[in-house]
Amino acid sequence: MTAFAQHFSFEFRTGLRDRSLLLLNYLFPLGFYVMMGYLMGSINPQFTNTMVPAMIVFAILSGTMLGRPSTVVEAREAGIFRSFRVNGVPALSILAIPALTSIFHTLIVGAVIALTAGPLFKAPQPEHSLALAGITVLTAFTCAGLGALIGVISANSQVTILWSQLIFLPSMMLSGMMVPMSMLPKGLASLAKVLPATYAMQAFQGLAYGRPAQMDPRACVAILAAGGLLAFALGILLFSWDRRNETRRLHPALAALALLPYAIGAALL
Amino acid sequence: MSEPAITVRNLKKVYGDLVAVGGISFDVQRGEIFGLLGPNGAGKTTTLECLEGLRTPDGGSIRILDADPSREPRKLWNLIGVQLQTSGLPASMRVDEAMRFFAAYHGVAPRQDLLARLGLSAKLHAQYGELSVGQQRRLALAVALAHNPPVIFLDEPTAGLDVESRSELHALMQELRQAGTTLILATHDMAEAEKLADRVAILLRGKIVTIGTPREITATGAGWTKVSVRTEHGSVLRNGPSFPAVRRRLEQEGYAVFFSTDPGPTVSAIIAHVEAQADRLIDLRVERPSLEERFLEITQNRGAQ
Repeated sequence: MTAFAQHFSFEFRTGLRDRSLLLLNYLFPLGFYVMMGYLMGSINPQFTNTMVPAMIVFAILSGTMLGRPSTVVEAREAGIFRSFRVNGVPALSILAIPALTSIFHTLIVGAVIALTAGPLFKAPQPEHSLALAGITVLTAFTCAGLGALIGVISANSQVTILWSQLIFLPSMMLSGMMVPMSMLPKGLASLAKVLPATYAMQAFQGLAYGRPAQMDPRACVAILAAGGLLAFALGILLFSWDRRNETRRLHPALAALALLPYAIGAALL
Repeated sequence: MSEPAITVRNLKKVYGDLVAVGGISFDVQRGEIFGLLGPNGAGKTTTLECLEGLRTPDGGSIRILDADPSREPRKLWNLIGVQLQTSGLPASMRVDEAMRFFAAYHGVAPRQDLLARLGLSAKLHAQYGELSVGQQRRLALAVALAHNPPVIFLDEPTAGLDVESRSELHALMQELRQAGTTLILATHDMAEAEKLADRVAILLRGKIVTIGTPREITATGAGWTKVSVRTEHGSVLRNGPSFPAVRRRLEQEGYAVFFSTDPGPTVSAIIAHVEAQADRLIDLRVERPSLEERFLEITQNRGAQ
């Protein structure tokens, strides 16, 4: 097997073997999906209209933003990256391969949600399943980039939790996952536009379900792609192999640039 | 004589106000075991990390075979094997996975024979986090050797190993040297360095204070030979006579210990005295100063300065 295949195989299995990753990749999002399906289905039947994309975005955020960043910090602090470095493992592989495996885990969870939401909770099926899959992959790529970037710039696991929650919690409340964006006050709607989850929800609505969206869904796809690419590029630029951070080439504050595509989106869309 | 495997000239490394390595130079010949000794904070690990390409020196030059560590890291990492002092593998990585993973990155077949040699055959499916410290260090060594590198860096390789594993590792190091591999060994274990190393350098506060073979280094000390004597009636203990060439004496666990600059006359005079006192010799030992004693002498003298 090639180095890539070995690395991918190991990281994919880690997503199942590691209890915290298993929880955040599978158990937490699927448990939340079932709970929301029964609870919201009876309280607010309108929720089922956005249930599939909302629960897929939730699964993506759980796996990539809550699960991955602390693994980057822990590996750096435990000297794992140093072992990797002296054996020629590149920084790109260290960041990209776990992200790729996160995308695969997300696709599995997304498929479970998409296939069961109709029979279990009478959720409508997407008009364009390929668009649903494509936007799922793109959103997972974008959030995996942000998750990796948070891990790279955070000094310790507590800081990763802070940064991750700063994106995760507003995404839950404002991106359209729980409350339609049209119902948000103007100020909160503007704030929602700096969150990747908002663009994902808009893209799902417009392209996978063929419903009217409040933002141009194609532009949302472009912004998600740009945000993901920028997050990964910054992650690699700011990557440090150990706690002394001697190898970091630029100041970690530059990570804020990862939000630039969303800021442009907020201004233009 | 062939080109040295490692050439270090005026190497400097500074962390803020701390000069970790202050302009050291040395060569390591091909097929040599070279020991880097020194107390904590002497600069051993920083020196190794510069050689391994993990740190960028602030001055000087390093050449490892035909690679410059700071400019050609990719080339370097195929030439060297590294067992780091502070490093780890992912807790969920299994032993056989670790071998396959790193062998793949070096483009070689996994070396199951190394895992067997290092006593890890029974642990192939165990996760790294489940291994003992000694097993983790043995796995790190197996991974470092997987691509058969011509230069190997070992930072405290026997720390945490039991006696049997330590002996097996020493045998492996001797085999590697006989096969022409160059080994750089950083250790606190002076007996290990004295037994294995062809040459050693003692570092203190980022400087090399002495370099040479263990025999050369022990010979350049105060020149004492330790003569330890134990008799049935203790005739050489307290208030015993003075013996020729003895510079210092002490009593230790029933032994009279004499530090002699000329052990032949000292031993003859001790035996003559014991016979004259109708005493009986139980034990007599003549020992050259060990590398550890010489090391302590050097570090204490320099510390006092």
